[in-house]
Amino acid sequence: MNHDAYPDNYIRGILNNVKSIAMVGASPANVRPSYFAFKYLAQRGYDMIPVNPGHVGKELLGKPFVASLSDIDRPVDMIDIFRNSSHIMPVVEEALTLDPLPMVIWMQLGARDDAAALKAESVGIKVVMNRCPKIEYGRLSSEISWMGVNSRTLSSKRAPAPTQGMRLSLNRMSVGGGETAASDRAAKNKTEQS
Amino acid sequence: MSDRLPGFSTLAVHAGAQPDPTTGARATPIYQTTSFVFNDADHAASLFGLQAFGNIYTRIGNPTNAVLEERVAALEGGTAALAVASGHAAQVVVLQQLLQPGDEFIAARKLYGGSINQFTHAFKSFGWNVVWADPDDIASFERAVTPRTKAIFIESIANPAGSITDIEAISTVARKAGVPLIVDNTLASPYLIRPIDHGADIVVHSLTKFLGGHGNSIGGIIVDAGTFDWSTGGKYPMLSEPRPEYHGIRLQETFGNFAFAIACRVLGLRDLGPALSPFNAFMILTGIETLPLRMQKHCDNAKAVAEFLAGHPAVAAVNYAGLASDKYNQLARKYAPKGAGAVFTFSLKGGYDAGVSLVSKLQLFSHLANVGDTRSLVIHPASTTHSQLDDAAKIKSGAGPDVVRLSIGIEDKEDLIADLEQALGT
Repeated sequence: MNHDAYPDNYIRGILNNVKSIAMVGASPANVRPSYFAFKYLAQRGYDMIPVNPGHVGKELLGKPFVASLSDIDRPVDMIDIFRNSSHIMPVVEEALTLDPLPMVIWMQLGARDDAAALKAESVGIKVVMNRCPKIEYGRLSSEISWMGVNSRTLSSKRAPAPTQGMRLSLNRMSVGGGETAASDRAAKNKTEQS
Repeated sequence: MSDRLPGFSTLAVHAGAQPDPTTGARATPIYQTTSFVFNDADHAASLFGLQAFGNIYTRIGNPTNAVLEERVAALEGGTAALAVASGHAAQVVVLQQLLQPGDEFIAARKLYGGSINQFTHAFKSFGWNVVWADPDDIASFERAVTPRTKAIFIESIANPAGSITDIEAISTVARKAGVPLIVDNTLASPYLIRPIDHGADIVVHSLTKFLGGHGNSIGGIIVDAGTFDWSTGGKYPMLSEPRPEYHGIRLQETFGNFAFAIACRVLGLRDLGPALSPFNAFMILTGIETLPLRMQKHCDNAKAVAEFLAGHPAVAAVNYAGLASDKYNQLARKYAPKGAGAVFTFSLKGGYDAGVSLVSKLQLFSHLANVGDTRSLVIHPASTTHSQLDDAAKIKSGAGPDVVRLSIGIEDKEDLIADLEQALGT
């Protein structure tokens, strides 16, 4: 997988198929991006599991924190890692010990570890890096268009009005899949320089 | 669902718009409302805290305006956009995110006279110091860079003479200086030039001109290219530092490659207040649907008129980058191969008096202070749009006393030429 720019169909397939998401580094502080994303994805119907050893015994929006991935009592489809790039590898290594394996490992905006990605992909796990699932869900459903964001999708179909707790259709026509976006090129140049 | 790239004309009609969820209306409805009802207290809190996507109050965002924003972002190849009340408002909102009092920005000397005025006087009172550079001398931008420089500002096709700016060369200077390049793309529109493809980090427009295109609505827009890393060195605290207005959110960390557009909305538009009326957004959106058709006709007509003027005995000189003999023709071929725009200047052998006489005799051309209308327009910049400048600055910015500026409309070119011919006297 080219991790500089993902085809929309790749992201769309992941968000349409996963049901449970373990969020590593989920924060109960309501100004942290992980809190935003956790709340949004829970409202869109995903089975969310907060993973953070510092908050065991507490709950995040009614879901109990667990200390680590191996403490989760059910299969997890996707692991969403809210940690800096330097803390990714141990999480991926732990994920690879799970049975069954997760289908997807997702690293948040700003997080990227190509070696960890390669390791996960070698056992058939799909990897997304330096993206936010909340933003991608909002973009592919065009809900994010309320913020003037370029969803890079088109549709001539009448959409249902979004309400709380409702899953939105992500199946709009994509505009180029993002491969040519200037922002992706800039991110790629930054990765190559570092 | 295939990942293919629709053409520019398809985006001009469709991007951002979808049949209305409630009524099925196919044209974008005008959501002429100040405010939007919350589902419950938690929904309200989520929206105010920037945690959920949605509408609160039309000063911060409006569904009609959002369609316009996404459409222009798509046409420019940006990640997001923010519509505001005018092109001038766009410039204030952009620079408010980038400059603290005492900071500097470098601007090309050839700009719309109103921008020169805004930068020189209004922004000075905010402590934002403009440093001028010559777009025909790239080294003058390099020499202007200091540790306080926070941005570089240019026009793609520059007022008033329609000169073409070497965007790539100036973007190289900006990258080296570690500052964003802001390009005012008003006179080109994304149909002719997409500055982001040439290294711009932020694009601004007066929507009033070719994008709206019909001379009926004032508006402005800011497009975020998503290319600039705001987090380095604490140089851009509005984006990289925790914002007290939002309980400590860091915008770049939270919104990634469209953080600048969000900053313009939640720190600029929300607090400075230059919101675009949804009605104006609707008028401008309708205009954009025909942008490709209009822009090509504007350019084709402009070239025919410029060629006619260049061959007329009463004309001293024509400044139109679309003419093979023009100083900017090579840059025009590179940056704007479909046409060199429709705003240009010419000078008359009879000087100032001949210019005044010409303007008074024209029957089809309207004498007014705008460009980018369906109608052809004429003005004498030295006594109007550029009148605040002293004589030396007028000449430097291409608005000397003998110069007449035209904005060519989409009428039949034969009629425009006939009107000029009778007014010039043969």
